[in-house]
Amino acid sequence: MNVLAYLIPVALAFGGAGLAMFFWAMRNGQFEDLDGAANRILIDDEEPKE
Amino acid sequence: MTTLSLPDEIDHVGLTDSRFTVPGIRCAGCIAKIERGLQEVDGVDAARVNFSAKRVAVRHDRSLDAETLVAALGRLGFEAQPAATNPLGQDDIESRTLLRAVAVAGFGMMNIMLLSVSVWSGAGGVTRELFHWLSALIGLPVVAYAGRPFFSSAVMALRHRRTNMDVPISIGVLLATGLSVYETATGGEHAYFDSAVMLLFFLLVGRALDSTMRNKTRAGIGSLLSRMGKSARVVAQDGSTKSVAAEDLRPGMLMLVAAGEALAADGVIEEGRSSIDNAMLTGESIPQAVGFGDAVHAGAINMGDPIRVRVTAASSDTVIAEIARLMDEAGQSRSYYVRIADRASRLYAPAVHTLALLAFGGWMIAGVGLHQSLVIAIAVLIITCPCAMGLAVPAAHVVASGVLARRGLLVKDGSALERLAEVDIALFDKTGTLTIGEPVPEIRHLSRERKSIALALAQSSRHPLSRGLARALEAEGVTPAVVCSLSETGGTGICGSWGDTRVALERTEILGGGLSSTLRIGKDRVDIQFLDPMRPDVVETLHALKTCGIDSRIVSGDRQMSVNALARELGITSAAEMRPEAKLTLLYALGKEGHRPLMVGDGINDGPALAAAHASIAPSSASDVSQQAADAVFLGRGLMPVALAVEVARRTMRIVRQNFGFAIAYNVVAVPLAIAGLLTPLIAAIAMSLSSLVVVGNSLRLARDTKHQPT
Repeated sequence: MNVLAYLIPVALAFGGAGLAMFFWAMRNGQFEDLDGAANRILIDDEEPKE
Repeated sequence: MTTLSLPDEIDHVGLTDSRFTVPGIRCAGCIAKIERGLQEVDGVDAARVNFSAKRVAVRHDRSLDAETLVAALGRLGFEAQPAATNPLGQDDIESRTLLRAVAVAGFGMMNIMLLSVSVWSGAGGVTRELFHWLSALIGLPVVAYAGRPFFSSAVMALRHRRTNMDVPISIGVLLATGLSVYETATGGEHAYFDSAVMLLFFLLVGRALDSTMRNKTRAGIGSLLSRMGKSARVVAQDGSTKSVAAEDLRPGMLMLVAAGEALAADGVIEEGRSSIDNAMLTGESIPQAVGFGDAVHAGAINMGDPIRVRVTAASSDTVIAEIARLMDEAGQSRSYYVRIADRASRLYAPAVHTLALLAFGGWMIAGVGLHQSLVIAIAVLIITCPCAMGLAVPAAHVVASGVLARRGLLVKDGSALERLAEVDIALFDKTGTLTIGEPVPEIRHLSRERKSIALALAQSSRHPLSRGLARALEAEGVTPAVVCSLSETGGTGICGSWGDTRVALERTEILGGGLSSTLRIGKDRVDIQFLDPMRPDVVETLHALKTCGIDSRIVSGDRQMSVNALARELGITSAAEMRPEAKLTLLYALGKEGHRPLMVGDGINDGPALAAAHASIAPSSASDVSQQAADAVFLGRGLMPVALAVEVARRTMRIVRQNFGFAIAYNVVAVPLAIAGLLTPLIAAIAMSLSSLVVVGNSLRLARDTKHQPT
C-alpha cells in the first residue's frame, strides 16, 4: 500500500497541472477567437513580392 | 504574427489600446487586409482581428485618436465604430466565470471519484478514513469555488422572497458536503463528496452551455442607434459654419449635410437636391430622391450632393428616438416571462423539501435516532437534487440552436426558443420581409449589345440600382463592353464613351414612384424597370406555418394598393398603412384575445412591434435596431427559416418536457430507496450520471431528427 503515498500526490499533481494550464489558456485569450483561428490558416504569410 | 496582451501590461512606452467593432469582417482576406493595412498607418504598433466578435484591437501611439483609426479602416473598405473601453461585456465575464467553475468542478470530480471507487470496492479501516480525508481536502475548496454561481443566485432569490432552481441545488450541495464532513470526522462509513461535486459539475455544464449560446449570437448583432449622426455643421446668420453636437441642436437651426454624412436631427430641406439612404429607419436599401421641402429624418445618410436642412426636431424628439422609446416600453412586458425551468422549480422545490422533512419525521417516529434520521433526510435531498433538470433545458436548447444556425437562423437565447414554440399567429411586414428588399432589374427586353454596355456602366457605380443591375447581368454571363472616360454624377447617373458614342445610365423621371433607370446609347433610349421581388419560398413557408396551426397576416406600413395585391396573391388577410403605434395596438389587442403573436419584420418602424410581440424574427438585412429587438435573425434570401424556427422550437419543447419526465421518473425510482435508508454514495453516483446521460442523449435526438428532414 506504500505505493499510494506516491500515486495519489502524482495523480493530484497531474490534475492540478491540467487545471492550471486551462486557467492560463483562458487568461491568455486562447478561447477568445475560435472561428478566427480556422480562418487565419488561409492567410499567406507574406504578400507576393512585386 | 502579432499578438496583443492585456491592455494594462503595455503602458510603458506611450502606447495604448483601442478597440473597434467592424461588422464587415467576413473572411480570412478581411483579417489579412485589416491587420496589414493598419500596420502601415503611422503610429500603429500592432493590430489584431477577433473574427468571432467582429472586433479589431489596435495598439497604437497615444497621439493617434480613434477618429484617425476609423478613417484608416474606412479607407481599407470597412465601416468601423469605436467599441467600449471595457473589452469584456457583462455576459462575457459571466460565461468565463462559469467555464472556470466547470474546470474546477471537473478536476475535483475526477480526483474524488478516483478515491471513491476504491472505497466502494471495499477499502476499509485506515485506508477508507485516509481517502475520506483526502476527498474532504479536495472537495471543500472545490465546492466553495464551483458552487458560487448557485449560492449567489439562491441567496438573491431568497432575499426577494422567491425561489428558483438554485435554492434546492444549494441546499442539497451544502447539506451533502456538511454531512460528509461530519461522517469523515467521526470515522463514518459513507461520505458524499463525490455526489456533491458531481452534481455541481453536471449543473455547471448546463449553465455554461446556456451562457455560451447567448453570447455567440449577441456578438454578431450591432448596437442600438450607433449610426445616428453625432454632430452636425450648423450655418450661422453670417454664413459661417460650426460643428454642434447632436444633443445641442435646436429646432430652427440650419444644418449643412455633406455627402456621406448621417443626419443628426429631423428636418426639412431648404436648399439642394440629393438622394438619401433611409436603411437605418426602414431597412429599405434603395435611396430616396429628395428636394426642397421634403422631410428628412435623423439616422438617414445623405448619398448625393450637399443639402441644407432646417431642423424641426432634435435629440430626444426625433422620430428615431421616439421609436426607441416605444421599443423600450414594449420590451418591458417580455421581462415578465418566466422560463420553464423556473416554473418547474416552483412546484419541485417545495415538494422535495416536504418529502425530506417527512422522511426525517417518519424515521424519528420509528425510533432510529437523530443521526440516522438526519442521514436519511439528507440522502433524500441529494438524490432529488435537480441534476437532470438542470441539464434538461439547456442541453435541448443548445442542440436546437445549433440545428437552426446551420439552417440560417440565429436564436438569441433559450427563452426565445421557449416563446417561439408558443406562438399561434404570425404577422409579417411586407417590404424587406416578404420581399427581398433589394432591387432586381427586368432585363429580358435588352439586346446582347445593350446588356454589355449596361454592365460596363453599372459595374463602375456604387448606386444600389446599378449594383443590382450589375449582379443580374453578371449572373447571365454577360461580358462588359469597353467603355472609357466614365464619370458619375451623384443623383443623376453615370456616363462614358463607347467608341465614339456617348452612353449613359441615368435616373428615369417617371410618375408613380416605380423604380427604373434609363440606358442611353447615342440617341437610343431604353428603360430598365426594377422590381422588389417576393422571397422565393413565401408560399411554402406560409403553408408550413399553416400546418403548424399558425395563421399568417400582413401588417405593413406600405400603401393599401400594393399590400392588398400581395395579400390576394398569397391568400391571407392584411392591414396596410400601419404606423408603429398601430402595429403595437394590434399586437396588444391580439394578446388580449389570448393569442401569442409572432412578429416578422425588418424596418426600424417594426422595432416596437418586434419588441412587444410574444416572439419575433428579423431578416439579417434588417436595420440594426430591429435585429437588436428581435429574438432571432434569419440569413439568406429564403423565408423558410421562419417556419423552421417555429417547428424546431416546438420539437425542442417536446424534448424538454420528455427530459423533465425522465428526471421525475428517476426520482420516483430513487426516492423510495433514499427514504428506505438504502441510498449509498455508490447508488447516488450511478443514478446521477445515468439520469444526466439519458437527458443529454435524448436532447441529441433533436439534431438527428432534424437532419433527416428535407431542407
